[in-house]
Amino acid sequence: MSISLWKILAAIALLLILPWSAFAHVQGGQAAGFITGLEHPWSGLDHVLAMIAVGLWGAQLGNPAIWILPVTFPIVMSLGAMMGLLGIPVPGIEIGIALSAILLGIMVLGEVRPKLAFAATLVGFFAIFHGHAHGTELPAGQSGQLYSIGFVMATGCLHGLGILVGVIHRWPMGKLILRGSGGLITCMGILFLWQALA
Amino acid sequence: MKRSFSPYWLLLPVVSMVAVILHPVRAAAHLVTTGMGPVYDGIGHLLLTPEDLIIALALALYGGLLGTTHGRHALFLVPAAWFVGGLFGMQTAPLPDFPVAALSFLLLGLLIAADLRLPLSAFTITAVAVSLTHGFLNGIALKSGPAGLGLIGITAALFILVTLVSALVVSLRPPWSRIAVRVMGGWVAAVGVLMIGWFVRGNMA
Repeated sequence: MSISLWKILAAIALLLILPWSAFAHVQGGQAAGFITGLEHPWSGLDHVLAMIAVGLWGAQLGNPAIWILPVTFPIVMSLGAMMGLLGIPVPGIEIGIALSAILLGIMVLGEVRPKLAFAATLVGFFAIFHGHAHGTELPAGQSGQLYSIGFVMATGCLHGLGILVGVIHRWPMGKLILRGSGGLITCMGILFLWQALA
Repeated sequence: MKRSFSPYWLLLPVVSMVAVILHPVRAAAHLVTTGMGPVYDGIGHLLLTPEDLIIALALALYGGLLGTTHGRHALFLVPAAWFVGGLFGMQTAPLPDFPVAALSFLLLGLLIAADLRLPLSAFTITAVAVSLTHGFLNGIALKSGPAGLGLIGITAALFILVTLVSALVVSLRPPWSRIAVRVMGGWVAAVGVLMIGWFVRGNMA
């Protein structure tokens, strides 16, 4: 017996047009909080590039950096977000985010292989700036908890994307492309720094 | 005759899940009313309350990560302790003003991320303590709603959830799949830190 995809889609379409009551926001901002959190890291190219760079660098460095860096970043980022939530100021947030793109891009460009502790510290240091920016930008009336879940998941997915792209590191041409993408991230970081200082 | 595996079978659950998510139903994290009775209300409560659902998944992930014996313990201990905690909770008055869920997120998240090889006794104590606590909080919330039958719904849903997830993790063989579980642990810990932040900010306001 085979089920055609069209039959499945038709059944789902019928299910969706059933006249059920819609009460999407009874709890006040639950769904909106999650979606806002999920969208937030994707909304700024500076965040996106830095987080993808973490994944790319992890893929270049191999095991165990490939998982230590993407585990370190969200945990330290959440500490940065907590500082933002508690009103603890961090100077030069935008400059820090731009520098993260520049330095992480340079690491990918040069295929730099420092000690694991240094790599994790560098990633963790910049995660504070990214986290602080996220922690202070929850729109009023939305669920903080679901916003947090959303933005941690989105950050993790960006790292995952970087790691997936970084798989090309296995091939000689892939290595070159990867290093080139590091160069691109560095250039973009310089542009962000220029904008932050302007 | 042996039937060959078709990618269509993977599409079915994925597309169905998207449809269920898009379907307009009542969204309420606490005391969910499904209209199908208190047992289903309990099941809905567990599945729509992130602080309970994620903890249940984290316990299952950690049990599975530690191996077959730990996973088997988890699938019986977690629902049983959750149920007992719920019974106690239903005898108690207001919800405690303490970020218990956040601490559970942080603890379990760090244990999973570090892939800390706890001995069976220590794992048992951790799983029972976390499950008792969350069951207790559920019991307080359920008291004014579906009560005991709701708790039975939660326990049944927990058993199925923990069984499926821990069995899935135990069966993982490629090294990257265990890394993926550890990364998810990092996410859970990060959410825990943020929940503590929201709690402290709420108290400062």
